[in-house]
Amino acid sequence: MAGAKEVRTKIASIKSTQKITKAMQMVAASKMRRAQDRMAASRPYAEKMLQVISHLARATPEYHHSFMAVERPRKRIGYIVVSSDRGLCGGLNSNLLRRLLHEIKALRGEGIEPVFCTIGSKALGFFRRFGGNVLAQTTQLGDNPHVEDLIGTVKVMLDAFENQQIDAIYVASNEFVNTMTQRPVIRQLVPLVGGEQEAMPLHWDYIYEPSAKTVLDALLTRYIESLVYQAVVENGACEQAARMVAMKAATDNAGNLIDELQLVYNKARQAAITQEISEIVSGAAAV
Amino acid sequence: MAMTIHVDIVSAEGAIHSGTATMVYAPAEMGEVGIAPRHTAFISRLKPGDVRVENERGEQEHFYVSGGMLEVQPSVVTVLADTAIRAHDLDEAAAMEAKRRAEDALAGKVAEFEYAKAQAELAEAVAQLRAIEKLRKMTGR
Repeated sequence: MAGAKEVRTKIASIKSTQKITKAMQMVAASKMRRAQDRMAASRPYAEKMLQVISHLARATPEYHHSFMAVERPRKRIGYIVVSSDRGLCGGLNSNLLRRLLHEIKALRGEGIEPVFCTIGSKALGFFRRFGGNVLAQTTQLGDNPHVEDLIGTVKVMLDAFENQQIDAIYVASNEFVNTMTQRPVIRQLVPLVGGEQEAMPLHWDYIYEPSAKTVLDALLTRYIESLVYQAVVENGACEQAARMVAMKAATDNAGNLIDELQLVYNKARQAAITQEISEIVSGAAAV
Repeated sequence: MAMTIHVDIVSAEGAIHSGTATMVYAPAEMGEVGIAPRHTAFISRLKPGDVRVENERGEQEHFYVSGGMLEVQPSVVTVLADTAIRAHDLDEAAAMEAKRRAEDALAGKVAEFEYAKAQAELAEAVAQLRAIEKLRKMTGR
């Protein structure tokens, strides 16, 4: 049986750990709310853009941008992998990477080679250990990511697509279902998956300045960037939610552990007292 | 009542402005344009500059945009603002930078990776310790 003093120090150390996990849980909760707001704020931009793009695509059938082109046979596929920078968020990153790994295995079976762009240090660390062709990466986006930080990484992928080095681009990230559930998803980015083609009631067209082509090019790049940005922001919300849940579990576990140790401590203390009394009694009897 | 047109200014990171206006001025790529209500459908890239929105009371609101797209339909004007200053060579530089970072990271020059790896090893060690502890609990005491 451990000494009462040892148990007491152990309890104190677990209590301080519990304080930390509790604090992390609360920080994650407040950050999650802000991340969700950002998620909602980024939607109107992408929606508006999609409207304009689908209109342009229908209005100018003679110009086909390569991002909208029909699928070409796939030999190499690019993945933009969105992960968190920090750990302690449960199985968020490992679930995503496991899902990706399954997909890659299936692709390799068909003779398709994957290449990667990573966002966040967890994904990069993974590919460093696992081995993989990483074309570009960004890390340390912080809690408030900016589109500016993503432009470079996305452009590397888009350039590779236009140079026919890769034949499709996917984004792997976590989808925010609710606070308790985050689901890893892999979405196709390029070629653009067409929305529903509703018939145009009246034929009308924009006045383009300077030309339909330049406008469409600029729009498409920005649209894809905004989709990646959305994935990053959503993943951020997932990260905070997952961390909140993980830290809550850790706090609860620490509480259970303290209760158990408290029992052990009481027993040890009781044993020590009993022993002392019996020593005194036997000492008195000997006199 | 004066004729009005709906104006939305949105960027990828959030909505900036939404409301009605009697006139909108924007720095289009080929010169500044003024958009009145019932303007014909029009689309253009924007240069960095001021978007001015004039409301029914004749007041003007200014919004700085660092570029973007302007989309006009007879009853609605949408400014899709960029959040960053964009130019072909700037984008190119950002792309080169992202590539370089990946190469550096994979060559193992950056300290934060060692950190990530160490963390993974630590987690493994902790899991092993926990397993040993469990075994002890089961067998001994």
